[in-house]
Amino acid sequence: MSDSNAQSYWKSNIKLVIKLMCVWFFISFGCGILFVDALDTIRFGGFKLGFWIAQQGAILVFVALIYIYIYYMDKLDDRYKKDSLELSDEAAEEVN
Amino acid sequence: MSVQIWTIIFVFLSFSLYIGIAIWSRAGSTKEFYIAGGGVPPLANGMATAADWMSAASFISMAGLISVLGRDGTFYLMGWTGGYVLLALLLAPYLRKFGKFTVPDFIGDRYYSKSARLIAVFCAITVSFVYVCGQMQGAGIVFSRFLEVDITTGVIIGMAIVFFYAVMGGMKGITYTQVAQYCVLIFAFMVPAIFISILMTGQVIPQVGFGSELTEAYGGGYLLDRLDALSQELGFDTYTEGQRSTQDVFFITAALMFGTAGLPHVIIRFFTVPNVRDARRSAGYALIFIAILYTTAPAVAAFARTNLINTVNNIEYSAVPEWFTQWETTSLITFDDKNNDGRIQFVGNSDANELNVNRDIIVLANPEIAGLPNWVVALVAAGALAAALSTAAGLLLVISTSVAHDLLKRSFMPKISEKQELLYARISIFCAVLIAGYFGINPPAYVAQVVAFAFGLAAASFFPAIVLGIFRKRMNKEGAIAGMITGFSFTALYIIYFRFVNPTADDAENWLFGISPEGIGTVGTLLNFAVALTVAKFNPDPPQEVQKIVEEIRLPGETIVR
Repeated sequence: MSDSNAQSYWKSNIKLVIKLMCVWFFISFGCGILFVDALDTIRFGGFKLGFWIAQQGAILVFVALIYIYIYYMDKLDDRYKKDSLELSDEAAEEVN
Repeated sequence: MSVQIWTIIFVFLSFSLYIGIAIWSRAGSTKEFYIAGGGVPPLANGMATAADWMSAASFISMAGLISVLGRDGTFYLMGWTGGYVLLALLLAPYLRKFGKFTVPDFIGDRYYSKSARLIAVFCAITVSFVYVCGQMQGAGIVFSRFLEVDITTGVIIGMAIVFFYAVMGGMKGITYTQVAQYCVLIFAFMVPAIFISILMTGQVIPQVGFGSELTEAYGGGYLLDRLDALSQELGFDTYTEGQRSTQDVFFITAALMFGTAGLPHVIIRFFTVPNVRDARRSAGYALIFIAILYTTAPAVAAFARTNLINTVNNIEYSAVPEWFTQWETTSLITFDDKNNDGRIQFVGNSDANELNVNRDIIVLANPEIAGLPNWVVALVAAGALAAALSTAAGLLLVISTSVAHDLLKRSFMPKISEKQELLYARISIFCAVLIAGYFGINPPAYVAQVVAFAFGLAAASFFPAIVLGIFRKRMNKEGAIAGMITGFSFTALYIIYFRFVNPTADDAENWLFGISPEGIGTVGTLLNFAVALTVAKFNPDPPQEVQKIVEEIRLPGETIVR
């Protein structure tokens, strides 16, 4: 297995995870808890925005985050496998 | 037909289904018993995870708690779903790649230490026992109200059913029963919610009805505005405003999230899928299935609260509806006519308030309060039982695998054959069912409260140890062990002190940084991380082969150890 290939895979993975975790934190702890009163001044339909994010919106964002992760990780996995195959046959054996 | 007959029909049908599945999916090997042979499709695993996860607390207590807490109830909603982001991004794929049977297995192998494995076994068993007691108690409440047997008999019926399919099928039986249980529980939760939403707002989708205007019969105006106005009028806290301190809500939410990601019975579900890709996928499915219930629950909470106030406040006690009297016989609703006017005063001021409604019955009584048909009321009972039993089964399996696999096979009796190991696994489920039943009959606290403790403990013990094991290659056994012990004991002592030793001191003034016992798991988690990282610095790096395993679990591909 090529170390540099493995390292770049791991780095891309970490970068993606950090980005998604930032959104996760911002929506749940930020909008749902810390800034909830400020967001409550905005209304749509029968909801105050902060209240809606806390009781509905955040959950929808969580689902979206997992699906974004699945999508990019599948792509990353495929690219990693392709690169490993190209680098050497030996590498491919170890990966599998 | 009466509610009771409908309940008997639904409960009988659903239980026959579970038993049928148990007979069909008998486990023959330890691999089948522990991880269902590792061949569960991601969609099925998503459903099973959702049922495993959504307990009596989610089904019975949560909407009721939210209807009392209003916006503060948010920590249950975000805490119990946000943890899945952590699971999917930080734990599930790597643990699946590692490819073991149990959480203590991972801890023991990653930290190359028998002590680490034993500490993990201890934490897993404690957390699961605390959690399973709440489930048995939930099942007992449902049986006693709807089948009119006493709570003890109810718990015993529940135990007998779980025992039957968990002992026969192990993880394989549990997985496929959980798929069926998910279908039962989500149907049972959604049907009344949709009915009530149509009745009160004319909207079919409860999540939409939540933000819509009430129909003329209910006084018009937006539901939440009406609820806020009613609450203020009667002296309750305004529904859409928070009462608890921001930092407490913050810490409770975090504790529930870390706890979700650290609960062994949820983690082991990801060991049952064929590969890493499927582990990620089933985390996605699981959260979708959970989100259906979790976005409906706050709507149900608001409907139920409005309805309850409208139905019971200031009416003649002699004219109360039938459901009221029936719940009174279980003492879960109590009325004390303080001013002797023969009417029910349901108000915020506790000196003048005459009505006490147990939070655990809001969901169960909701269809009756709204006057829905008898079969809908009975359906809710079957759903609540599905929720309680599915979670109980998952927890009992963790206890059994921890004892048979980690304690006996991997630690003290390595020479036993697979057949003997399987026998020990079945015996330990048997014992676990009995102990859980005992605590179900003699419960230590409310369903949701007991469960909240399990989360704090799981958060403070497992979550940091597993995350560091994956993301920090040089984390060694000394660090992990010190971290787990510190996190677990700190959290346990804090909770025991405020809830059992000195409950009179249990208020914001005496709490550490104003954090309640429910939220202290977050501090325990942070302590665990801090202690682990510090202790690791002063001790030797883990052996080369362990570091190599960590590198391996980070990469895509087939399972490495098995």
